[in-house]
Amino acid sequence: MSATGLKLSIPRSRHVLPGFRLSLGLTLFYLTSIVLIPLLALVIRPIELGFDGFWASISTPRVLAALRLSFGMALVAAVIDSVFGFIIAWVLVRYRFPGKALLDAVIDLPFALPTAVAGIALSTLYAPNGWIGSILAEYGIRIAYTPWGVLVAMTFIGLPFTVRTLQPVLSELGLEIEEAAATLGATRLQTIARVVLPMLMPAILTGAAMAFARGVGEYGSIIFIAGNIPAVSEIAPLLIVTKLEQYDYAGAAAIGVVMLAASFVMLLALNGLQSWAAKRR
Amino acid sequence: MTQSHLQIAARARRFNRPTEDPLWLKALLGSVAIGFIAILLLLPLVLVFKEAFAQGAAPFLAAIAEPDTLAAVKLSLTAAAIAVPLNTVFGIAAAWSITKFDFPGKTFLVTLIDLPFSVSPVVSGLIYVLVFGMNGWFGPALADYNVRILFALPGIVLATMFVTFPFVARELIPLMMDQGRSEEEAAATLGASGFSTFLRVTLPNIKWGLLYGILLCNARALGEFGAVSVVSGHIRGATNTMPLHVELLYNSYDYVGAFTVAALLAMLALITLALKSFLEWRYADELAASHRH
Repeated sequence: MSATGLKLSIPRSRHVLPGFRLSLGLTLFYLTSIVLIPLLALVIRPIELGFDGFWASISTPRVLAALRLSFGMALVAAVIDSVFGFIIAWVLVRYRFPGKALLDAVIDLPFALPTAVAGIALSTLYAPNGWIGSILAEYGIRIAYTPWGVLVAMTFIGLPFTVRTLQPVLSELGLEIEEAAATLGATRLQTIARVVLPMLMPAILTGAAMAFARGVGEYGSIIFIAGNIPAVSEIAPLLIVTKLEQYDYAGAAAIGVVMLAASFVMLLALNGLQSWAAKRR
Repeated sequence: MTQSHLQIAARARRFNRPTEDPLWLKALLGSVAIGFIAILLLLPLVLVFKEAFAQGAAPFLAAIAEPDTLAAVKLSLTAAAIAVPLNTVFGIAAAWSITKFDFPGKTFLVTLIDLPFSVSPVVSGLIYVLVFGMNGWFGPALADYNVRILFALPGIVLATMFVTFPFVARELIPLMMDQGRSEEEAAATLGASGFSTFLRVTLPNIKWGLLYGILLCNARALGEFGAVSVVSGHIRGATNTMPLHVELLYNSYDYVGAFTVAALLAMLALITLALKSFLEWRYADELAASHRH
């Protein structure tokens, strides 16, 4: 039977399964009312300020400092998480040792632990009289209530993203290429640095981008440890809360729009990274 | 095989395979990994329980029995009991429409469903203030009819729903995509109704994945801080959820109280992690998330 004959003999029904209209309708209704309309309210709100007013409200020194702190520290945290995330993923995938499964499960702690709990725990730990803070204080290093506290909290919440993005890629990576490199006389470190790392680059960047995006928006785990000194250790999300408390809705929305735009750019970058990774396979 | 071949083979076995790291490197990377995890992740967890029991078990139990704490526990459970089932229904509907049918704009729809994950928690709360606040779109109208959304349970539920929106859908979509449509199509051809097709064919295939999604959704719903903080109004004993109550107690220097509620939330996180690890280990084939997040 030819393909055309087959096509003609079956009556063209668009869907074999029932429930298309119901399920898609429910999905779109829910998505529109919970996500899209409220987000639209955010994007529209700063319009009342006009372009100049929008610019004026986000270019005050305090807002700029907060944005610089949130984005800058999130970038540093993403780099730290990528380095340690690579080491941890390597150890978890390649080595065998007792307690490995437990160590693996612990990685997800920052996902599972409510951010407020992480916040008060980190703050107490790194305060000048805390377990870690008192040791560092002897060397004159202060973490809690300084911008470095922001970095610690962002590193904490970002770690699972880098580890969990690398783990599956690393375990799928065949050993053949490493064997070939070894046969050709490369030392173990050369093999890791010049053969393995370049192949993992898309996954490393994806994990870093996710950790960065999470760090930029993070609120709960940071506000307790940061000390929240305006223009020094005050993060952008906290400034939104402050503006709301002063009933400056448009000003809060303006910062919110900047952060939303940043997360859109990150989403696009992540999609780009993923298609780059798919092409390299 | 000659004698010398055997000798060479025996000698070769004593050396590491070329893809195996030398012992010093293993020791170095292993201790860096374990040390980093211990200091960054485990120490805060240990501290929560130590501070909660700093003055023994009696103040811990007294802090739990505090009426405001009980009210916070009740509010958190109520909000999760509304938000999680609604997001479960949405997740199933979204996954059914996306994986069982073809329509234009599907990829875009999946991106939109994932959107709440990339929005800052504070922004997630802010958007509802802009819609329902006194200065917002529907605020004045709602005030005329005496309907309270913000600084009340509905606002807390909405903010919780927004931040936990993608969890179930995100787990089910890749899982149901992998499973294809043939089983459901066979059931439909044999005359099963849509509902019984779902109940008897689809649900048994996705039940562990569904449970996994609900588990993560529930953990986040009970633990959400930023979004709920913006919409709740922080009324002690009335609109304070457990994480908000932790903040309130901590800022009023009631450390035992703060860490007691924090310890309850940490226990919840540990139970979630244990169940999650169990599901990933026991039902790895029936989860989409077993090797990703």
